[in-house]
Amino acid sequence: MEIKLTYAETLSREPRKWISTLVIVLICVLLFSWSGSALQSNSTGGSGLSVAKGIISGILHPTPSLLLTLGDDGVPYLLFETVAIAFLGTLVGAVLSIPFAFLGASNIVPKPVALVIRLMVMAIRTIPAFVYGLMFIMVTGPGAFAGLLTMSTCSIGMLSKMFTESIEELDRGILESLDASGCNTFDKIRYGILPQLMPSFSSTLIYRFDMNLRDASVLGLVGAGGIGSPLMFAMNSYRWNDVGAILLGLIILVLIVEWVSNRLRTKLMRG
Amino acid sequence: MKSDNLSLYDRLFKPRTYTLEDGKQIQEKRSRLPLVLIILLIATVVSGELTGFSFSTLVKRINYFFVILRDMIPPDWAYMPRVWQPLMDTIKMSLLGSLIGAVLCIPFSVLCASNLIRTKLVTGFFKLFYSIVRTLPTLVIALIATYIFGLGTFAGTVAIAVFTFAYCGKILYEQIETADMGSHEALEALGMGRISAIRYAIWPQVLPQFISTVLFCFEGNVRYASILGYVGAGGLGLILNERIGWMEYARVGMILLALFVTVVIIESISSYLRSKLA
Repeated sequence: MEIKLTYAETLSREPRKWISTLVIVLICVLLFSWSGSALQSNSTGGSGLSVAKGIISGILHPTPSLLLTLGDDGVPYLLFETVAIAFLGTLVGAVLSIPFAFLGASNIVPKPVALVIRLMVMAIRTIPAFVYGLMFIMVTGPGAFAGLLTMSTCSIGMLSKMFTESIEELDRGILESLDASGCNTFDKIRYGILPQLMPSFSSTLIYRFDMNLRDASVLGLVGAGGIGSPLMFAMNSYRWNDVGAILLGLIILVLIVEWVSNRLRTKLMRG
Repeated sequence: MKSDNLSLYDRLFKPRTYTLEDGKQIQEKRSRLPLVLIILLIATVVSGELTGFSFSTLVKRINYFFVILRDMIPPDWAYMPRVWQPLMDTIKMSLLGSLIGAVLCIPFSVLCASNLIRTKLVTGFFKLFYSIVRTLPTLVIALIATYIFGLGTFAGTVAIAVFTFAYCGKILYEQIETADMGSHEALEALGMGRISAIRYAIWPQVLPQFISTVLFCFEGNVRYASILGYVGAGGLGLILNERIGWMEYARVGMILLALFVTVVIIESISSYLRSKLA
């Protein structure tokens, strides 16, 4: 049966969702007004503005000597060290997270095991970076090595989560057809699993490398090498021009790496 | 394929030629894998050298890693009442920071979207702006914020807002750029203004994904907010740093446990909401 409706009648038949909308809005407003009470700060006594001015002028006038020397304490060397930490940290993190990824994939292990492993990964992720930093300094002493290990531990969470997702998306059909054509287990892994996982794994790794480079400044807090410690020292002693030089170097480096990694990843995605 | 079309790599390593049954010849390019592996190997060796990576140290001294961890278990339950306040501060900071950042990024993302703004200069400028904000490490922003706004949760909120702004903004403008422009054009053809056409054609398309992104960001922010205290920006990090300084690891364990439970709860709520949105 077809009913002819005028526009006004169609409009009036629109489902009335205003109650649920109202409830959601109310909950949101309540939550946000509750969180508004967190806005306390110990006032800096009007020095905030001058500090802001100092920061901006420092970033606009970076110390050229710091930016251009190639010595041990120059920005280029520190950046190079940071890249090395991020690179090896990502690699070690990948090695560490592969077992977690396979054990957390619900199409490989039984569901309860996968759940326990996922909770474990979550726990690993929850411990803040500087706590890991302290733990690893007890192992290796302060320096780039500790930073590397911290970085790899911090990468486990995201890496194993993304790896698990791509493992769960594995196409079983390919494995079955390889089985049917008489391939052994090694062949199945080589021709059935690796080609399916490699693009997404390497894309994840490149992305994580990008992130690790950015997070490298966190390591400076615990004296774990890279550009972080000089940056924090400079900030704590209000040497804004040095801060500007280091930040400028970091920004340029990250922009370049981001550009390269985006191109590599689109290439990987297209196959 | 003519040989002058080949890239340098293919000219160095000639493609393998097969002859098919019908006498046709086809070429398979050599795999890039060996080249990539060699580059990765060199990079690994160089960075291993530079960072002083040593397996023997790691194997010999790895048990020291668990020294602090062992001290954390069992956690000091009696300390829990003193954890509540900073924990709530952390949640509030990330809630408010996420909201401010998410609202602020909407106009900027519209200015970034090349399908809404025709001037390349404008979109390019705002995209670069986003990239630069994204490169600034959150801790550095938090530290600068504590200098400007004083110690306390406000500085942390600002840092989280900036981070959320950059992260959600980038994803939002990418979504706007891939949105279907048909309805937007139709509304403009009906004589609607720019803003209302965006409001009624683009906004409903990107809204669910955007809310999902913001929720995801909020999850991460709770975790991040707990670190911010390290530079004096309020929240759990503050007492965490204090207790670590006093080497009271049982209390550190309590703080981390509380954080873990909170994160698990928030993540399950938010992933439930996100599955509803999808």
